[in-house]
Amino acid sequence: MSKNILAIDDSASIRQMVNFTLKSAGYHVVDAVDGRDGLERAKSQQFDLVLTDQNMPRMDGLALIRALREMPAYQRTPILMLTTESSDEMKLQGRAAGATGWMVKPFDPLKLIEVVRKVIG
Amino acid sequence: MSIDMSQFYQVFFDEAAEHLGQIENLLVSIDLRHPDEEELNAVFRAAHSIKGSAATFGFSDMADITHVMESLLDEVRKGTRALSADMVDACLAARDILTAQLAGHRGEGGADPAHTSAIVTRLEQLLKAGNSPAPVVEPSPAAATPAPPVAAPPALSSALTAGVFDVRFVPEPHVASQPELLDNMLDELGRLGGVEIVSRPAVDSDDPQWCLKITSMMPADMLRDVLDFMAEPGSVDISPVGGEPPAGEETAYGFFDPLPDVLPQAAAGGEEAARVECVAVEDEVYGFFTEPSPAVESRPVEAEVSPESVAVAEAVVPAKGGGDTSIRVGVEKVDQMINLVGELVITQAMLVASAQGIDPVLYERLLAGIDQLQRNTRDLQETVMSVRMLPISMVFSRFPRVVRDLSRKLDKRVELKLLGEHTELDKGLVERLADPLTHLVRNSLDHGIETPEKRRAAGKPETGIITVSASHQSGNIVIEVGDDGAGLDRARILAKAREKGLSAPDSLSDADVWMLIFEAGFSTADVVTEVSGRGVGMDVVRRNISAMGGRVDVQSILSVGTRFTVRLPLTLAILDGMSVRVGGETYILPLGHVAESLQPTADMIHSISGVPRLIRLRGRYVPVIELHREFGVADGCADWTRGIMVVIDVDGSQAALFVDELLGQHQVVIKSLEANFRRIKGFSGATILGDGRVAMILDLPALASRARRLQSVAA
Amino acid sequence: MQYVATTHRDSAEDDGLAQEFLTFILGDEEYAIDILKVQEIRGYDPVTSIANAPAFIKGVINLRGTIVPIVDLRIKFGVGKIEYTAFTVVIILNIGPRVVGVVVDSVSDVLTLLPRDIHPASDISVGIGAGFLKGLGTAGDRMLILLDIDCMMRSPEMALIDTDDVA
Repeated sequence: MSKNILAIDDSASIRQMVNFTLKSAGYHVVDAVDGRDGLERAKSQQFDLVLTDQNMPRMDGLALIRALREMPAYQRTPILMLTTESSDEMKLQGRAAGATGWMVKPFDPLKLIEVVRKVIG
Repeated sequence: MSIDMSQFYQVFFDEAAEHLGQIENLLVSIDLRHPDEEELNAVFRAAHSIKGSAATFGFSDMADITHVMESLLDEVRKGTRALSADMVDACLAARDILTAQLAGHRGEGGADPAHTSAIVTRLEQLLKAGNSPAPVVEPSPAAATPAPPVAAPPALSSALTAGVFDVRFVPEPHVASQPELLDNMLDELGRLGGVEIVSRPAVDSDDPQWCLKITSMMPADMLRDVLDFMAEPGSVDISPVGGEPPAGEETAYGFFDPLPDVLPQAAAGGEEAARVECVAVEDEVYGFFTEPSPAVESRPVEAEVSPESVAVAEAVVPAKGGGDTSIRVGVEKVDQMINLVGELVITQAMLVASAQGIDPVLYERLLAGIDQLQRNTRDLQETVMSVRMLPISMVFSRFPRVVRDLSRKLDKRVELKLLGEHTELDKGLVERLADPLTHLVRNSLDHGIETPEKRRAAGKPETGIITVSASHQSGNIVIEVGDDGAGLDRARILAKAREKGLSAPDSLSDADVWMLIFEAGFSTADVVTEVSGRGVGMDVVRRNISAMGGRVDVQSILSVGTRFTVRLPLTLAILDGMSVRVGGETYILPLGHVAESLQPTADMIHSISGVPRLIRLRGRYVPVIELHREFGVADGCADWTRGIMVVIDVDGSQAALFVDELLGQHQVVIKSLEANFRRIKGFSGATILGDGRVAMILDLPALASRARRLQSVAA
Repeated sequence: MQYVATTHRDSAEDDGLAQEFLTFILGDEEYAIDILKVQEIRGYDPVTSIANAPAFIKGVINLRGTIVPIVDLRIKFGVGKIEYTAFTVVIILNIGPRVVGVVVDSVSDVLTLLPRDIHPASDISVGIGAGFLKGLGTAGDRMLILLDIDCMMRSPEMALIDTDDVA
């Protein structure tokens, strides 16, 4: 049974790359274009993993993570931040918001698969 | 497995171009003293987004520039640095370099390396310049780590090295007995990195030792400082985990929480972690939640996704997308769709043609069906054509920058007003309109708007106004470029025209005088400015617009202003045509240029040297082109009084085309001749008739200018 | 020795690979072209003639919605009788991304030639530029004129493609 992944990024090219990469690795992937869109999608179905960008219009990654963590269905779901901002401050904020981990952009698609496998198998 | 990144390039190119456009628009209009916070965020985000994608897809040149831009913009949006005109200039210049680099990656030109490094240096200097007075608040211990050097973006990911530490300690007795103190300590450690409880003393155990695994960028000493508060003196043991800390590459990702899947020994710790954050509940296997709820089913461990949920994902999500759902489709696909609909229109026309003679009573239902098909086809065609429609803002959006740069250069003060930016027109037209319209705007600024001094002397406000508007008018797009400047100077244009050897009698009407500025090589400026260089004149503007099947007019009043009006058909793919017969051939005339048609009487025909060449029409002599002669059709009618003259009007010059008969008016789908063949003089394209045959579409501007030449030879 | 270069333009021949050809008749001569260039074969439909075009460009037809030019090779090569009957054949070719139709008297065969079946064509002169001649082929006792149809259709003398100097 494929795992369901929600991938949120305002950049269409990154979205397409992540989507393609994870689908190639056998996952089901649903895209969202920003935090608010991601939240809507997370409400409409349950995901096994959420990958989110940080800097996005309408609702950024941290706000999304906080909102997800408030939903009973997402209290335990792993959430990874894919972000160019790799400062310690950002990581601490990510952790405080409830992220499971982070991954620095740019990344190699194969690395992404490796990390996702670590998290949800 | 490997992933071919090049397949995502096109999307990246499109999105980067959009972001670059946005950066330009926002920066050009930004209020330096009171910049809008949301606008600053948007500029920052656009640069940030380009940086992230460019780096991901290996376009490091673009990533490097956007990185510096982003750093600068980040400080501005956070309020630690004031926005300056210099900064906006530098960012706009950087944006231009990025555009050139993007073009380079698309395989069209590229950026000048010297310009590029100059811009990067300029941005870096700006970044350095204001660094000292702005006290950047760094509340986290992260301040201890040196910031990555700005000029070296590739170092970004390796600048941070997270270590994994094996931490053992024994809490002080008073701490051990108070769970909240322990929680505080864990929180404290959590602020330094990822904390994972490997083992903790069981409730009734003799061994009081805790064992943690901490992933942190902090040095071990800092962890020790935290632990020393709570731990028995001397009980703290911190050692880096074997094989780690990982190399820079490995810090490309990290986990804050333990991963039960991968690290089964952390299960008990996971329970604790859960307790820290929410409710402490015992569970036999994993210990996260007690109540099995759908959420439990989907946690990372043993996740069970029901097949329905996947189906729901496909079915529900697109509908749930919210307001701005759109898809990106290749232009080829859209064009193919348009082609197919074109085919459908032709087939439909064929059906109508073949149903013409049948008994309407006997075949009532068939005819009703054909009627319905005709309506549906038309609706479908309109809908499909609308897919190709783009708002003219795609062109207008470049004008603020043009006006800003040019008015600075010319020391003029100009306000630009854009109206009707949402007016849509065919994508092909949008692309081809960009240059001529930009030229009109530059022309208004260069030749129309006066210097502030002159304006003041004339009793006008110092700031001139250029208005660019677009609207739909009876199946056409009308675009106006107007200014409140000096207006065209009749005397000067006439003098200039004579200087150029053009025939310019004083009797010419104002309208005719104004049209002289569209003649090749004409420029009314006293000095040829940098702006009107490049050898592009108003004649090119008129030629480009004519080539699109449109026309340009000008109105002007001295010292009040000048207005150029461009009229274009809505689309390039479909044309309102008049079909005519010449011998056995059928030709299509674009209706936009057809003024009238008539059967000439003998007294209208005017001969030169015994050869009929002109017809007299309401006092004017109009040159005649006999299509059968022009196109070598042997069986065409030669007697003018037995055929039809179709009078065409292109940019004010008239010609009469002599044909055998008119066949009708209809919309035709324009087919490219160049796809498999080449351009052919006298024709602008071809179409497919209801009977499946090909008919050529006449290039009326070309025929009109040929008629003009014939007339001048005759005269 | 220009013909040597001409003959060896196609590296497939050097590899000793067999190549498939479509052969057709123009007047009394049999010609062969690379079958991979052939899209389809159809009867002759009336064309829409193009004003002021060379005589061998008969005009254009509507081939499933695209405009395709039709060249009469008999006129171009000055062979055969120029008539259009129910048996006149049009070979639709793919020349790069372009589609072009050529009128021939009839299509005769599809056959495989080995490099040893192909000989340099140094001393024949038909109305064909030497550059478009791949050589002469032999199939049994038949002599085939091998055309580099791709190269020929792209050449300026066919006037099928815009050249840069066209205003």
